[in-house]
Amino acid sequence: MPIDLPTIWAGIIAFSVLAYVVLDGFDLGVGILFPFFPERHDRDVMTNSIAPVWDGNETWLVLGGGGLMAVFPLAYATIMPALYMPIIVMLLGLIFRGVAFEFRWRTHRGSKYWDTGFWIGSTLAAFMQGIALGALVEGIDIADRRYVGGWWDWLTPFTLLTGFAVVVGYALLGATWLNLKTIGDIQQRARRRAMLSGVLLLVLIGAVSLWSPFINQVYFERWFGWPTMVFSALMPLLIGGCAFALWHGLTTDKHLQPFLAALGLFVLSFAGLGISFYPYIVPGSLTIAEAAAPDSSLMFLLVGAVILVPIILAYTGYAYWVFRGKIDPEEGYH
Amino acid sequence: MTFGQEAEILARIQFAFTVSFHFLFPAFSIGTASYLAVLNGLWLWKRDHAYLKLFEYWKTIFAVTFGMGVVSGIVMSYQFGTNWSVFSERAGAVIGPLMGYEVLTAFFLEAGFLGIALFGRKRVGDTLHMFAVLMVAVGTLISATWITSANSWMHTPAGFDIAADGSFVPVDWWAIIFNPSFPYRLTHTVLAAFLTTAFAVGAVGAWHLLKDRENRQARIMFSMAMWMAALVTPVQIFVGDLHGLNTLEHQPAKIAAMEGHYETHTDGAPLILFGIPDDEAETTHFALEIPKLGSLILTHELDGEIKGLKEWAREDRPPALIPFITFRIMVGLGFLMLATGLWSLWARWRGNFYTNTWLHRAALIMGPSGFVAVLAGWYTTEVGRQPYTVYGLMRTSESLSPVDAPAVGASLLAFIIVYFIVFGAGVFYLLRLMRRPPIFEEDHELDKGPHRASGINPGPAQEEPIRSGGASAN
Ligand code: HDD
Ligand code: HEM
Ligand code: HEM
Repeated sequence: MPIDLPTIWAGIIAFSVLAYVVLDGFDLGVGILFPFFPERHDRDVMTNSIAPVWDGNETWLVLGGGGLMAVFPLAYATIMPALYMPIIVMLLGLIFRGVAFEFRWRTHRGSKYWDTGFWIGSTLAAFMQGIALGALVEGIDIADRRYVGGWWDWLTPFTLLTGFAVVVGYALLGATWLNLKTIGDIQQRARRRAMLSGVLLLVLIGAVSLWSPFINQVYFERWFGWPTMVFSALMPLLIGGCAFALWHGLTTDKHLQPFLAALGLFVLSFAGLGISFYPYIVPGSLTIAEAAAPDSSLMFLLVGAVILVPIILAYTGYAYWVFRGKIDPEEGYH
Repeated sequence: MTFGQEAEILARIQFAFTVSFHFLFPAFSIGTASYLAVLNGLWLWKRDHAYLKLFEYWKTIFAVTFGMGVVSGIVMSYQFGTNWSVFSERAGAVIGPLMGYEVLTAFFLEAGFLGIALFGRKRVGDTLHMFAVLMVAVGTLISATWITSANSWMHTPAGFDIAADGSFVPVDWWAIIFNPSFPYRLTHTVLAAFLTTAFAVGAVGAWHLLKDRENRQARIMFSMAMWMAALVTPVQIFVGDLHGLNTLEHQPAKIAAMEGHYETHTDGAPLILFGIPDDEAETTHFALEIPKLGSLILTHELDGEIKGLKEWAREDRPPALIPFITFRIMVGLGFLMLATGLWSLWARWRGNFYTNTWLHRAALIMGPSGFVAVLAGWYTTEVGRQPYTVYGLMRTSESLSPVDAPAVGASLLAFIIVYFIVFGAGVFYLLRLMRRPPIFEEDHELDKGPHRASGINPGPAQEEPIRSGGASAN
């Protein structure tokens, strides 16, 4: 049997998007929570908890985007113009949050502006990612290998809902991350934020799940047809399990468990999307096979991905290991 | 918000604007990353605290620059899709994997080890810390390699077939990566990054020498920078000459534009030193010429043939004015750099290297020269490639996304505003960091940063109380 390169690549791209969402998700989440921690000292601790790793986290976004261009050029070339505004605004948001790590230390007077930039940038980026996701789920108009819709098509009630859901989801990741990395008062407050955003997120996941089958007939059949229905039936159970682990962890003062449970919620939601999408890459208009680059491109980059991704995971893991443990607010690292 | 322009020109301005900003940061961070590796190596080897101090000093500056490089770079990787989607669709299978490899081999490497290099010395120990610093430096160089390969392919495409739907299909990856202009462009660009850093470091050293000529750290950085200037500039000029010969072979129309020649010269082309090329009138006004020198430089023969722009149909010609001017700026700066390097050698020989204030002033003025030369060089290259994105095969006008002009115009405006605020502030902070004297006594409040809370200076580390209102800028 010949190996099916496009499907393998769809898996790799999906993996890197998931890695991006869970990793950058928690550091964007820390930014989203900034208004709840107005003290400069708390904010120092919060940014210090992510300073050594945020750049690596964000690189998965570059792999997702750059990889899409390399292996599914047609998908890249139709999705990007369709999502023109959300993407640009996301990029601008990421600029503000990215420079804030350094800039907030370089000035006394201005640091509060960069903190605000950090907060707004993180929130905007998260919101736009949610909108982009929602717009993809709703499908985009493609004819003759071109995007043929308008430049406001992405703005619908459904996309606003998914945008909001992603902001809340990232806030949950950020809060459970702070619960893991900090002590004392910050940790207490983070825990309360985690409970709040956890409940809200479950409601939003429910709303999105109930809404999306009615957007596209395919989703409906996928979720309520045989044999995938088994998974649909299982999904609420799994989500419920994660929700319980999250709640239990937060109320019994566990530090790692809530974070893992929040990651679990994201992985499950992502798997749900995968079920809805497959075999499409742009639902309803482009399949994985149609969008794929020639085999020579897929093969050339696959060799590198197979060798390098494990190495990347290894040294990324090592970097996390080096900065493991609670942030000591008094000493900093040295 | 279309400013009365079409989507194509707006998209080009947007690309040029964002990539120009982006390139300024890597040009500096590639060189600084290597410089940090050298400084840290010297510290570990000689255990001389001056090197450690210098490492810490430049580390902060590097971190700020690098952050700006990262965020402006992420914009670039999405711009191909938002503004140049047809280009992405047709050339994505070739360009995409090269950039994919850049992510896999370079960006992850830099990002993965950056945290350890900046904040992790105490946590991992000297050896692993040195390794991390090296990985960051190597990462920036690998990144430069892949991206210049992708860019070079657009100038001198090779190793592909064209499919029925007009898209480029890769056939021979070796030929694609090592396309004809790649070796020249890579060498020239990396040396440019080193020179940019050398002159920036040299200017900072000179500034502090002008204030205090006994400052040992300032002396060290000034001396290291001037050695780089003196040794690397001649190599860069040599490589630039080779690069030009390569361009003459593969993109003669670009050379014609750079040289301001509209007529073909069969019996030796003059070198036009100055003038104003006019595409409408097809002539270069006010030309100040040196007979035959153009042919001598480009063909290494007095009577070598140089084609003029009139050899090509009007719609296939690059505009001449910008390449003509930017090329002269770059070459002019190259020779000024050479002069600075030679002067520094002379001063060393005369023994007044650390005391010659005129030399220090000159080095200070030359501080931004690398940045200007780098941008001028890229404008020469990119504008000279017009009207194509993939040279001779795909036109810029065909590459554009199906987006409405108001969308491009609005986003362009947003980019301009955000870039000027964010990067304007960033450059201001960089200058302020460079103004701190590289000394031990004072543990400056603004030296701190993420995870840099406690001083690690061997000197008496006095914590300065936080003073209100930017007082640290003194
Ligand atoms: C000759 C060098 C050079 C050139 C011409 C470019 N870059 Fe660059 N780029 C770098 C050298 C570099 C670098 C030195 O490696 C950076 C600077 C900071 C960093 O993280 O890496 C970088 C960062 C950087 C990042 C952020 C990576 C991260 O998250 O760590 C992206 C996505 C890009 N670049 C993409 C591009 C694109 C699409 C370009 C072309 C239009 C481009 N770069 C031109
Ligand atoms: C980082 C340094 C770079 C600079 C300063 C630079 C500069 C420019 C400029 C000034 C233009 C506009 C030309 C015009 O419209 O007349 C341009 C266009 C363009 N460049 Fe570059 N460029 C750089 C790197 C790259 C790289 C590495 C690539 C590809 C991998 C690239 C691809 C393009 C494309 C697709 C366009 C748009 C189409 C066009 O107008 O040619 N550039 N660039
Ligand atoms: C005085 C001697 C120099 C000569 C003869 C020279 C020659 C050239 C030529 C012919 C090109 C255009 C290549 C093309 O057609 O695509 C070029 C591009 C470029 N130059 Fe120079 N150059 C010189 C000095 C410098 C210096 C001092 C710097 C920076 C510090 C620099 C930075 C660049 C850059 C970044 C590019 C664009 C990238 C590339 O195409 O390699 N050059 N140079």
